[in-house]
Amino acid sequence: MPHIKYVEANGTEYAVDAPAGITAMEAAVKNGVPGIDGDCGGVAACATCHVYVDPAWLAKTGPAADGMEKDMLEFAEDVRETSRLACQIKLDDTLDGLVLKLPEKQH
Amino acid sequence: MSIATLEASPALSVPLDKIDVSNPDLFVNDTVGEYFARLRKEDPVHYCAESAYGPYWSITKYRDIMAVDTNHKVFSSEAGVGGIIIDDNNVRSEGLPLRSFITMDPPEHDAQRKVVSPIVAPGNLVVLEKTIRERMQNILDRLPVGEEFDWVDNVSIELTTQMLATLFDYPFEHRRKLTRWSDVTTAEPGSGIIDSWEQRSRELQECAASFMTLWNERVNAKEPGNDLISMLAHSPATRNMPPEEFLGNILLLIVGGNDTTRNSMTGSVLALNRFPEQFEKLKANHALVDSMVPEVIRWQTPLAHMRRTALEDQEVGGKTIKKGDKVIMWYLSGNRDEEEIERPEELIIDRARPRQHLSFGFGVHRCVGNRLAEMQLKILWEEILARFSHIEVLKEPERVRSNFVRGYAYMPVRLHA
Repeated sequence: MPHIKYVEANGTEYAVDAPAGITAMEAAVKNGVPGIDGDCGGVAACATCHVYVDPAWLAKTGPAADGMEKDMLEFAEDVRETSRLACQIKLDDTLDGLVLKLPEKQH
Repeated sequence: MSIATLEASPALSVPLDKIDVSNPDLFVNDTVGEYFARLRKEDPVHYCAESAYGPYWSITKYRDIMAVDTNHKVFSSEAGVGGIIIDDNNVRSEGLPLRSFITMDPPEHDAQRKVVSPIVAPGNLVVLEKTIRERMQNILDRLPVGEEFDWVDNVSIELTTQMLATLFDYPFEHRRKLTRWSDVTTAEPGSGIIDSWEQRSRELQECAASFMTLWNERVNAKEPGNDLISMLAHSPATRNMPPEEFLGNILLLIVGGNDTTRNSMTGSVLALNRFPEQFEKLKANHALVDSMVPEVIRWQTPLAHMRRTALEDQEVGGKTIKKGDKVIMWYLSGNRDEEEIERPEELIIDRARPRQHLSFGFGVHRCVGNRLAEMQLKILWEEILARFSHIEVLKEPERVRSNFVRGYAYMPVRLHA
């Protein structure tokens, strides 16, 4: 069961143990992590689960994928090299210890 | 609903292939939902061969709508192939072609949308909140208690128009012109708003002239203002727009910031009258405003549809949509899809995931102002709850004759202290 750490812009941390197979968006929503909305239910169609992957983990999660994920990130606030949509990060044991930072506000 | 009324409903007796949910009469008398319920059950991706708008596909289920809305490579919004409204005349009206970022596909769409999106970015919403609240308080404080008045004109229109004038920095005393241009933009002849396409073109050209004057005043300013016209005038992506894009984008922002929120404001009062136990729940716990607002936007669905045009053959829900076909995503129907939303006909203000609805669309064209719309409704209800015990709807509202804007022309109410 991967252990995920979400860090709010103000530094508040949320530690979540998520079952493998769900996404980083679902794990956040199920555990009440604030600031991850996931309005579209996980199909990269609303960009309300924007996160920054800790640079140390970027090689493992990979960067944002071509297609809907990149298309939607076009319109998110303060997009960086490490930006991903959490609904497109599927959790498995190789991501045990993953650190995701949250933007100031989702739009 | 009793068996007798079921049998009597034409929605159930008309042959399936004759169902035409684009008929505006069905929206005026609010019976279109019965037809959508039947289509969702019997023919969720439905072909209508003959209508006032020509042949078109209806997409009626939540998941199928999501599939179309997120496939912008196949399902185009481009004005040149038909735009985003069932009526082709909306973008092709003689003498007045219109084009804006909502009727463009990526990458052109992305560049123009990014010019205006900062006005509704989280940081600017914080600034706008104070202005909105003060104006809301002024409007509500002047309303008569215990007397009949029209909620649509006195509150919903007044408030959204004031907001729009602020976003454009439009001369405040002439703000009702914005309301008129918004209504005219989405109207078709026979709607009661305009009599002919020629009249529509004429009025919208007056709109273009009015905004061109403001543009010319602001384009040379050394310090660009924080208003939509200045943003468009100073950005490389938009400062050299051809005339049809200039007017198109202005009208998009007028309609987007006006009609939709206006009708959700009226709809929220109507919904809480229809579901009095939900209003009691809200009065007992004002914090529920946060989840009530997106639920009201789902229940109202202020834009009933968005249209796309297929650029290649594509299967949706087991049917093959052909290249060139007109495809209508009925958000109003998807928001009543019982497979996605529990008890969808009911307003339930404390749903667990209230933002899972189609009213803002999904994908690259998702409503740019969705958080501003929510904020306006939130402030409205916070201020209502601080003042009044009840807003009593006195009669069934009069609805707008449109299959696009699902709105209200008139709704008499009485306030209780």
